[in-house]
Amino acid sequence: MTILGKTAAGLFWMSRYLERSETGARLVEVGQRMALTRSSSDDEWASVLNTAGVGEGFQAKYGEAVTRDLAIDWMLRDRDNPSSVLASIEAARTNARVVRTALTREVWEAVNESFMTLKAALARRVADRDLSEVLALIRARIAFVRGAMNGTMMRDDRYNFCRLGTFVERADNTARILDVKYYVLLPSASAVGSSLDTVQWETILRSVSAEGSYRHTMGQRVRPRLVAQFLIFDQRMPRSLMFCAEMLCENLDHLAADYGLRGPAHDIADALRQRLKCASVDSIFDEGLHDFLQDFQTRVAALGQQTEMDYRFSL
Amino acid sequence: MTQTQSQNGQSQSQSSGTFDEMWGRDESLRRPYEGVEGWLSGEDPARLRRKQREAEDLFRLTGITFNVYGREEAAERLIPFDIIPRIISGREWSRLSRGIEQRVRAINAFLHDIYHRQEIVRAGRLPAEMIARNEAFLPEMIGVEPPGGIYTHIVGIDLVRTDDDEFYVLEDNARTPSGVSYMLENRETMLHMFPELFMKQRVQPVSGYPSKLHRSLSACAPMVTDDPPVVGVLTPGSYNSAYYEHSFLADKMGVELVEGHDLRVVDGRVAMRTTRGYLPIDVLYRRIDDDWIDPLNFRRDSALGVPGIFDVYRSGRLTLANAPGTGIADDKAIYSYMPEIVEFYTGEKPILQNVPTWRCGEPEALKYVLDQLPELVVKEVHGSGGYGMLVGPAASRREIAAFREKLIARPENYIAQPTLALSTVPIFTNKGLAPRHVDLRPFVLVSPEGVSITPGGLTRVAMKKGSLVVNSSQGGGTKDTWVLDE
Repeated sequence: MTILGKTAAGLFWMSRYLERSETGARLVEVGQRMALTRSSSDDEWASVLNTAGVGEGFQAKYGEAVTRDLAIDWMLRDRDNPSSVLASIEAARTNARVVRTALTREVWEAVNESFMTLKAALARRVADRDLSEVLALIRARIAFVRGAMNGTMMRDDRYNFCRLGTFVERADNTARILDVKYYVLLPSASAVGSSLDTVQWETILRSVSAEGSYRHTMGQRVRPRLVAQFLIFDQRMPRSLMFCAEMLCENLDHLAADYGLRGPAHDIADALRQRLKCASVDSIFDEGLHDFLQDFQTRVAALGQQTEMDYRFSL
Repeated sequence: MTQTQSQNGQSQSQSSGTFDEMWGRDESLRRPYEGVEGWLSGEDPARLRRKQREAEDLFRLTGITFNVYGREEAAERLIPFDIIPRIISGREWSRLSRGIEQRVRAINAFLHDIYHRQEIVRAGRLPAEMIARNEAFLPEMIGVEPPGGIYTHIVGIDLVRTDDDEFYVLEDNARTPSGVSYMLENRETMLHMFPELFMKQRVQPVSGYPSKLHRSLSACAPMVTDDPPVVGVLTPGSYNSAYYEHSFLADKMGVELVEGHDLRVVDGRVAMRTTRGYLPIDVLYRRIDDDWIDPLNFRRDSALGVPGIFDVYRSGRLTLANAPGTGIADDKAIYSYMPEIVEFYTGEKPILQNVPTWRCGEPEALKYVLDQLPELVVKEVHGSGGYGMLVGPAASRREIAAFREKLIARPENYIAQPTLALSTVPIFTNKGLAPRHVDLRPFVLVSPEGVSITPGGLTRVAMKKGSLVVNSSQGGGTKDTWVLDE
């Protein structure tokens, strides 16, 4: 198979935006849950905005003070936020439309219908009583698209580019979620056994839909070390850094076999995986979790850019 | 679809002289509609209303929309779809298709002639200035041999009906006729919603169009290599009004949908940028107008085209469908000469009639047109989409007066035609069936292997009572068009 560079770009970015909109919805859910389960101030919402990487834009528009209503609106639908859920799903749909010929009818219709549904659901500020329903709707629509991709797409280069987009975005998201809260994971910083910390750790797990999987894998006790172990190294956990790195390598390997060519992107991906394989929770904590996560994010961004060059996404 | 044109205009009241394709002129059911009438009378109107809504949801889901320029909120709009089919008998169709084939063959011969020896001018059948001074004539095409000898690979012939046995050609679309995706999707929708209808009677299928198009385009490929030809669809991009159709056709043919910036000239051939490097293309079904295809040879400010593509074309190493310069054949001034053109190149009388047309550039015609302005339809020679025209019977005195000024200032820029009594076909409304005016655009493919006409075509229907405007840009809708298999 050979596809247009533009098509590869469209598939890659469609998948990134789909992943991004789901992450956005999940972070709002986490913020909402924190607000409901503890008598917190609006601090938590500032943290949610930073985790999503949209804190600066928010400040530019609304200033320092973060209120719950504004934060939710910013995350979900504010026109000035290019990474809002609504903007992301619209960008996914715009990309899908450009690569319409590379998608199955099922995938295109799933994306198009999801866009129309979410556009309607997010046409106005979401009322409190509707928030859970809207968040569930977003996740359901993204799952629907993912199901259509999974069930109907050929496992050829088009699929590989979709997967690359998904895992570049996901790797970045998980690393960012960890990075924003890295201090609560450090042994030195933890007020051992305090309920505040337990909540923080649980929040992290919840941000990546992993609280259930964690318990099944690691047991009932939520410990910072174990949380880090799980989200960085667990190969079975579909949002862990290791899983994302494996998937990036796997899809690039498919492309290499298909095209008979290995580009610089492959070397970056291999190095990324190797970096994780050679590390342990202890070594990472020793060198500094924050530095490690920063380095990881830089490598992932470089991988994304190199992929765009290797496969001629644009001129 | 907004860039095409049909009979435009509006008469306030429906004249009693209107021919209805279901009920004739005297309320007696015409034979082709017997099956559908029987089905309709047994149906619960509430169910039909539900089905009508269901059809809209289906179109919205598929994304079969067209873009409206300059209106951000309504950026993608649905064209209204009506569930009552428009039906043509097998006998009617065979005459129409013979007439269409004759006309299309004549158009191709005409194009070859005017870009070569211009025999028709030498023979005194067409005034030289009709070509020399025509904006649609492309001097760069003089002496160029298109691969396969075909100029118009894809043609849409706009027909209107005024009586039981009376059809007129309103317009020949020889550049980039659009609407074929609606023909195909309308049928899919009907098959999906009303399978029972198709069990009762046999309707000639249309679904083979994309593979015929692919075959027809491949048959015109330049013989550069022995490999199967690589075909692509060239679109101006996803903001174009007909983008859905471009992606639809590329998808159905299984070929790439490319934009100008995906292409460049490599080693004397046009190639597309793929994930593995540049891959040569043999045939481009281009949905970009001549002016914009090549900034080196035509409009320099074009960002849609490919620098140097026309040089490759001229060297015979690329097929462009349709060929550049075909616009001269669907120019409205040339249209008025179509009866002569058909006769000159085929040696036969035209099977299909032209609408009587006055060329306002001729002093006597101008005098008549100015005299009769309130009764006539006046169109710009190079206009399209229902813009820049006058529909006498629907216009106010002030509009007519203003138009008269324009007409006098540049008479050669206009043609005039009588306002035709277009036939009607019922549409389904909340209050039951109601007659609305229609036209018909059959789609024709031309290759060295022959002429292929898909039975039926796109029926456009004015959704407003009494209106003669069927253009989608002016609120017109579409219907599934049946040719019965008899």
